[in-house]
Amino acid sequence: MNPAIEIRGLTKRFGALTALTDVDLEIPQGEFFALLGPNGAGKTTLISILAGLARADVGSARIMGHDVVSHYRQARAALGVVPQELVFDPFFTVRETLRIQSGYFGLRNNDRWIEEILARLDLTAKADSNMRALSGGMKRRVLVGQALVHRPPVIILDEPTAGVDVELRQTLWEFIRQLNADGHTIVLTTHYLEEAETLCQRVGMLKQGRLVALDSTRELLMRFSGVRLRLRLSDGELPEALKPLVTSASPAGEWLLGLRDHAQVEDVLAQIRRSGRHVVAMEVTEADLEEVFVAIMQGN
Amino acid sequence: MTGFLTLLYKELLRFWKVVFQTVAAPILTALLYLLIFSHVLEDRVQVYPRVSYSAFLIPGLAMMSLLQNAFANSSSSLIQSKITGNIVFVLLSPVSHFEFFLAYVAAAAVRGVIVGTGVLLATAAFISLPIHNLLWILLFAVLGSAILGVLGIVAGIWADKFDQLAAFQNFAIVPMTFLSGVFYSIHSLPPFWQQISHLNPFFYMIDGFRYGFFGVSDVSPLLSLGIVAGALLALSFATLSLIRRGYKLRA
Repeated sequence: MNPAIEIRGLTKRFGALTALTDVDLEIPQGEFFALLGPNGAGKTTLISILAGLARADVGSARIMGHDVVSHYRQARAALGVVPQELVFDPFFTVRETLRIQSGYFGLRNNDRWIEEILARLDLTAKADSNMRALSGGMKRRVLVGQALVHRPPVIILDEPTAGVDVELRQTLWEFIRQLNADGHTIVLTTHYLEEAETLCQRVGMLKQGRLVALDSTRELLMRFSGVRLRLRLSDGELPEALKPLVTSASPAGEWLLGLRDHAQVEDVLAQIRRSGRHVVAMEVTEADLEEVFVAIMQGN
Repeated sequence: MTGFLTLLYKELLRFWKVVFQTVAAPILTALLYLLIFSHVLEDRVQVYPRVSYSAFLIPGLAMMSLLQNAFANSSSSLIQSKITGNIVFVLLSPVSHFEFFLAYVAAAAVRGVIVGTGVLLATAAFISLPIHNLLWILLFAVLGSAILGVLGIVAGIWADKFDQLAAFQNFAIVPMTFLSGVFYSIHSLPPFWQQISHLNPFFYMIDGFRYGFFGVSDVSPLLSLGIVAGALLALSFATLSLIRRGYKLRA
């Protein structure tokens, strides 16, 4: 079975700026994948190359086995992209927009699926409104609809929830999750790391055009973080032996320790007891993807 | 094929939704030209024997409107799509380079021919024109609007802002149409300017088109046909290669 996305040695330059450097990435069919990185890391450039909106200087990219340059028609037919920019054609209504997009993909009688898309994205009431009359969130939904008109096996969403209210975010994720459950491969870029953490099986992180991390979400969380222990003690002072674990301390006498795992909590408490102090307040939290992200981007 | 038809349909719908601006306005402008020029020149100028100046002028005006509107259609559609960003919807789709090219040219030709026909119909109320050979008329109408549709694609892709597109239109397209013999026969020009006019491809479009009405022309209609068809082929070839390379459309 061909991978949904296969990227080999991809390099892209814009004049003096190198946007991507030798990126290799393979995403198997059916995966829910997050592509993360700060602004300017190369996420959108990578997506543009996959979508045929930009051309790589070196390397190749395939969608479902079709090269994005030499077999661009098959590659594009297998791909649905939700662009980051909120773009629309002011001449048309929502339904016209979706019908026209179907036509570009060679589909004539697609109304049944279009109606379903409209319903799933809560757009039915707006189907005959002109695009200009829609709010930003509504326009974003139409963009998602346009990416789905041809039921592509691979769907890329470039920050689909930027500037979208909480309610829509949830409806949107429910729909996308359903598509993933139906076998569609989903690639997502987002600034909301908790979205990536809850939705995605695997995460790739880009930094200055290089892929600096690529692993399952669970592995990344384990490898880079472990457990955070927040403590306040009876006399405010921490035993000397625990000082190396401190990641931060507040003037109010609150200590934050970074631990390998939950088992280490027991050792810490034992040390505190031995020093004759006792715990006034305590909180154990697991690190989230945001901390992993920050750690990787800072080069640790 | 469906991709091409859809893009064509979208392009037709685009100008049809603003038909007053895209069709009615240029017809009115042509009528105003006719009114003024025929009023001033009707009794003073006779270009061909037994052809009144107003009758001579009408095919020229129809062709000029046809050419300018064909150019306006593809160029303004492309630059609007580029500036608003919605060109991405076509670029993301499997519509082929050739389908993309053909849809924009065909839509431009349709608008051009509709405007040209509109000018002829509107003026028919005042002056009746002979029709020497309808086939020549149609041939030059279609080829001329196609050429300008192709030029519109080039300009629309090349221009980054409306200002650049307006420059292309005002400093290239408009002078070439005005100086192509819309308002006069080039035989009335001094020899030097006659030679210059022969270098203007628009001259052959209008001269050939006019031949279809009167059976008289400045140069042989076959020569005009050859030059116009050759220009269309060469321009199409060059433009297709621009599109294939993704010039200014794909980074």
